Amino acid sequence: MKLIFEKSIPGRGQDIFPACDVPEKLPKKDMLRKAKVNLPEISENEMGRHYTALAKRAHGVNDGFYPLGSCTMKHNPRINEKMANLPGFAKLHPLQPAHTVQGANELITELEEFLCEITGMDGVTFSPAAGAHGEFTGLLLIKAYHHDRGEAERNEILVPDAAHGTNPASATMAGYKSVTIKSNENGTVDLDDLKAHLGPKTAGLMLTNPNTVGLFDPNIMEITRLVHEAGGLCYYDGANLNAVIGIVRPADIGFDVIHMNLHKTFSTPHGGGGPGSGPCAYKDFLAPFAPGLTCKDGKEYKRAEKSIGNMTGFYGNFLVNVKAYTYLLTIGKDVATLAQNAVLNANYMQEKLKDIYPIAFDTTCMHEFVIGLDPIYRKTHVSALDVAKALLDYGIHPPTIYFPLIVHEALMIEPTETETKETLDEAIQAFREIYDKIFSAPESVQQAPQTTPVLRLDDTKAAREPHLRYKFD
Amino acid sequence: MGTFIPNTKEEQLKMLKEIGYKDFDDLFKVIPDAAKVKGELKLPEGLSEIEVDRKVQGLANKNVVFRSIFRGAGAYNHYVPSAVDAIANKEEFLTAYTPYQAEISQGILQSIFEYQTMIAEITGMDIANASLYDGASAAAEACWMCKDRKHSTIYVSGAIDERILEVIKTYSFGRENKVEIIPAKDGVTDKDALKKALEADDEAACFLMQYPNFFGVVEDAEELCKITQGAGAKFIMYCQPLALGLLKNPGEIGADIAVGEGQPLGLGLEFGGPYLGFLSTKEENMRMIPGRLIGETVDTRGERGFVLTIQAREQHIRREKASSNVCSNEAWCALRAGIYLSTIGPKGFEDAAKLCSSKAHYMAEELDKIGMKLCFKGEFWNEFATTCPDADKLLKALEDKGILGGLKFSCCGCDDAKEDCILWCCTELNTKEDIDEVIAVAKEVF
Repeated sequence: MKLIFEKSIPGRGQDIFPACDVPEKLPKKDMLRKAKVNLPEISENEMGRHYTALAKRAHGVNDGFYPLGSCTMKHNPRINEKMANLPGFAKLHPLQPAHTVQGANELITELEEFLCEITGMDGVTFSPAAGAHGEFTGLLLIKAYHHDRGEAERNEILVPDAAHGTNPASATMAGYKSVTIKSNENGTVDLDDLKAHLGPKTAGLMLTNPNTVGLFDPNIMEITRLVHEAGGLCYYDGANLNAVIGIVRPADIGFDVIHMNLHKTFSTPHGGGGPGSGPCAYKDFLAPFAPGLTCKDGKEYKRAEKSIGNMTGFYGNFLVNVKAYTYLLTIGKDVATLAQNAVLNANYMQEKLKDIYPIAFDTTCMHEFVIGLDPIYRKTHVSALDVAKALLDYGIHPPTIYFPLIVHEALMIEPTETETKETLDEAIQAFREIYDKIFSAPESVQQAPQTTPVLRLDDTKAAREPHLRYKFD
Repeated sequence: MGTFIPNTKEEQLKMLKEIGYKDFDDLFKVIPDAAKVKGELKLPEGLSEIEVDRKVQGLANKNVVFRSIFRGAGAYNHYVPSAVDAIANKEEFLTAYTPYQAEISQGILQSIFEYQTMIAEITGMDIANASLYDGASAAAEACWMCKDRKHSTIYVSGAIDERILEVIKTYSFGRENKVEIIPAKDGVTDKDALKKALEADDEAACFLMQYPNFFGVVEDAEELCKITQGAGAKFIMYCQPLALGLLKNPGEIGADIAVGEGQPLGLGLEFGGPYLGFLSTKEENMRMIPGRLIGETVDTRGERGFVLTIQAREQHIRREKASSNVCSNEAWCALRAGIYLSTIGPKGFEDAAKLCSSKAHYMAEELDKIGMKLCFKGEFWNEFATTCPDADKLLKALEDKGILGGLKFSCCGCDDAKEDCILWCCTELNTKEDIDEVIAVAKEVF
């Protein structure tokens, strides 16, 4: 379809701004722009249709099943949106006097209490704007802690090979060397390899539990104990918290600091790739280093005594936090029901597919499971990518593919708790039909999708001959 | 009591049995007992939608929504056209995620490609990324882009918003590079100090200035650019995007990187977030850019399509060697900015900037008449600093009338240290009547 620039006609447009009611006064002439700026000139009707056409070429949770592993694409309740759009929140200037934003502060304080109770931690900073930003924050807290104790030589962060890519990337941003820890044959942390890498340089360990193959590490208490004994701290990547919310509290199993993805576990919409919110919760001994300004007494904004500074200009993604708060008010103390149904749905799908698809680690999974298509790929040359594309023709958003890296030809499936048995059954049926086609008509899978607005796109061309913008004549 | 889980208890039990588990305890026995929560969490009872609505509205009502706003300082009260909310709230946009599967994500991908083009256009740069968290974090990422083996010191103007500086410093604590401040003199960067500092430092990576700066002054960016690039460092401009409707843009000035807070482009005040960090640069820096990039390509039939591209920079491919850890960014806010810029068009882009400028100048003149003098001589666009005999008193009097006055701040540029200083901001939403009302209140107070 056409780009909005290709629909632009000189002289068209929309009248938004009034005539000026004071004399026109501009900065002096030599400061003014001479360059032409190409922006669309388009009527409201045409613009509306343009974006409606784009919306039709997008797929959200509301359009259909979206089992994108590690992303927790659960339903986004409407009430969350309504509450975040209330003028009493949406129209607040971040630098209003503290006494005029008491409701906002009360909300954040209460949300902090909820999240502390859920994680077992003692405090929360809402300064980080997304999950990876929360990871970076947590690592800076660990760094500040070690520096404060005169142990700046601790410069290594241990990261399992199954970890999200953001973990090692965050470690680098925090100035750490990331040291990879192997997974064992069960898909969880190899204790011997962990022990071999712990030492006086260990600043901490980053772990997501359940991990990215969907398994709860049975040695978790041992792992966190070993890291602490070596003088390191334990960071919990909360991307997979939905699997254990209300059932396991990260602080109780030895973690010192955690980030949560409010856009995953706490139901705020993903927005096509943000905004999320990645609050970081910590134990008391890390509180002096917390970033951002908080207003706990309702009078003035304060920074923690040895604060690392701030992660965002103001207080993080406040309106996203309003949505998560609204969600928690709705669910209340029954948060464990989220984990229960999420884990049930994942196991149900796993069980119904494991007779034909190779499951990477065939045991009870948590909120997600991983198919390792490698044996089938070797026989048929039908890849994980092909299966993913074939699902598109069934109106299903494909799972996460080629991740985690420790499973070859991985398809990582996370149904979430808000899907019905019927939806799961339909998806299972789709997977089974695709399986049959892999053997009966492999080329039809390799050439999928056929029903989408565009067919398979040339990624190599995009990267080799980059066109990152529309070029005007 | 509230739930979004569709399965009934009976269905759940049936599903459990079907896959070989007695109940949920049986399903969760893979978790060691020692790791499990003992007893119940201390959370309130869940609520019905009506109860939730009532409780959250109650909190919203405890906040004060000002009917007239003259405060900026990093968050600007611009008009959000009706189309922005109507379009952005389409659920296909709202409830999708990062467009990993291009074939069913063309709508998201194309909208970001259009956004990238618009940001490149308004800043006058070659290319832009898909968005970053907010202006301050985008500034920190831009500084990092300039670092190489030999150049690691980040220079920042003392005339920038300290909130931006704070985030740059925080990122630098992680990445372990030095941040040096070039002092401000008379409300602008001290050019001589900048020249001296850069010439004396072989490791200077970049210099970042704000445009207009924190005090509202439009600095001589061309001269600062010349000094910076002359010393072999990269020049970064942190811009108020709507100011570029009038002011020379970073491309005309010759900047290496433009960043800024995209909040004025169709986002509300939102108590500070979610906002939108934008970043654009010259083509030669393409592979240093942090965050997502959308590129054009073709499908197997040769039809145009869009994909996430140049991903070899990113965390999911490069892990510890990635240019940044950015995963989720602010795609939906970028969508809003794209709709906003399409709505106002090239004419509106200029008109908005003119309105802001004219109203600010009118207000400054009126304040001057009652003795509240401009703190700095430099040219300004929509923000300016004035003296005030007693800022707290004036701001309180305005607040009582539902007006959020300017921001009281400590300014070192005024001759009379006994006076307070206020940073005022006007946008297209402030009418002459609103401005006159502020003046009238000030006359009553003093």
